[in-house]
Amino acid sequence: MKPARFAYASPATLPEALSLLAGHEDARIIAGGQSLVPMMNMRIAQPELLVDINRIEGLSGVRFDGDHLVIGTLTRHADLAANGLVREHAPILAHAASTIGHYAIRQRGTIGGSLSHADPAAQLPLIGMLLDAEIEVKSTGGERTIPAVEFFEALFTTTLEPGEMVVSIRVPVLPNGHGWGFNLFNRRSGDFAEVNAAALVLGQGAETSVRLALGAVVSAPVRVDDMLPPFNEANSAWAAEAAKVVAAETPVEPNARIPEDYRREILQALVESTLFDAMRRS
Amino acid sequence: MIVDASKKTPLTLVVNGQAHTVKVEPRRLLSDVLRDNCGQTGTHVGCEHGVCGACTVLLDGRPARSCLTYAVQMDGASIETIESKSAAGKLSALQQALHEKHGLQCGFCTPGIVMTMEAWLKDNPEPTEEGVREALSGNICRCTGYQNIVDAVLSAAKELKGDRA
Repeated sequence: MKPARFAYASPATLPEALSLLAGHEDARIIAGGQSLVPMMNMRIAQPELLVDINRIEGLSGVRFDGDHLVIGTLTRHADLAANGLVREHAPILAHAASTIGHYAIRQRGTIGGSLSHADPAAQLPLIGMLLDAEIEVKSTGGERTIPAVEFFEALFTTTLEPGEMVVSIRVPVLPNGHGWGFNLFNRRSGDFAEVNAAALVLGQGAETSVRLALGAVVSAPVRVDDMLPPFNEANSAWAAEAAKVVAAETPVEPNARIPEDYRREILQALVESTLFDAMRRS
Repeated sequence: MIVDASKKTPLTLVVNGQAHTVKVEPRRLLSDVLRDNCGQTGTHVGCEHGVCGACTVLLDGRPARSCLTYAVQMDGASIETIESKSAAGKLSALQQALHEKHGLQCGFCTPGIVMTMEAWLKDNPEPTEEGVREALSGNICRCTGYQNIVDAVLSAAKELKGDRA
């Protein structure tokens, strides 16, 4: 499995990278390469030009701007998982990053790469949706900020325009006392999820709100907060009842490998434990 | 500057501390260049799409699949392969433990396991069996059933801890 021929550039600055992207219709960015290179080796992807952004300074790392974490596009999953700011202000993001692929994969794979690749079963698109993250993109024509809910369109498809590149991700910090849950189901450790789910419990008492996001059920991660019955702390069966509703009502795309009723069973169990985890941690 | 797709471009790879200057097309995998151009055939090539872990090496100190990296990306980088482990004629702690615990049969997956798990043990000096199993899930072994590899990693961890104490 050897890739088709491609030309290669390793620009030292972001403007150079953006002008290479603008000047070549069939250029692809390579960051960690943990999804793109397998696709190229299998010749599912055959870009004419690879623009390698690994040598550009200032694209990785996490900073805190008061109410958001700003995460550089080239931040590797292992660094995201270990980062003190992320663990403090968005622990679900650190945890989810620690479950991506395998140990060696996490040393290379990047947050910008995962979001741009837009695998519907991937962890970071799901968590981006749950946390209302914003994706900051640049091109030679300027820059814009895309809310996660408008970013993921379909399988491997985002609303990035040709010539645009993800430069950073803004994640609103989570308030003290929030609860979170993240679970994925796969048959072998490190595989992409057959179903994954992430939940947040925010606020207290009558003000409590619950968010729920699901991955791998349709061609992009989805938020299904509206399907949840009104939150009732006093009802110990709330999570189980909510999971039943979500599993019955969520659209599930046909998959030749996994029968629909089986996927709905997994979904129900996974949603229940995810909501339960979020309530327990709040 | 764009490197043309069919042009062999000169690169310098620092492999186990020794500089190798090679001329390769951009599409050449690092795993192939290590083996064919640098003569370091200890790096084994299994699946060539990142699943099996046999080709794992250290890139600037961190484990990575050499089949998911193009050599052209690594110009000037420092790469460590399995050949670095016993360069002084002595097995590393994990190699010795794999030997003692019978943690290999055909040995094809072993270089990738040593490169991955020695790096992992630095991050996780007091591993649990569950943690070892999770970390090992990125390296496929079809001979052993893993039990003896898990024993070897746990044993190497104890040995390394003793060294530090």
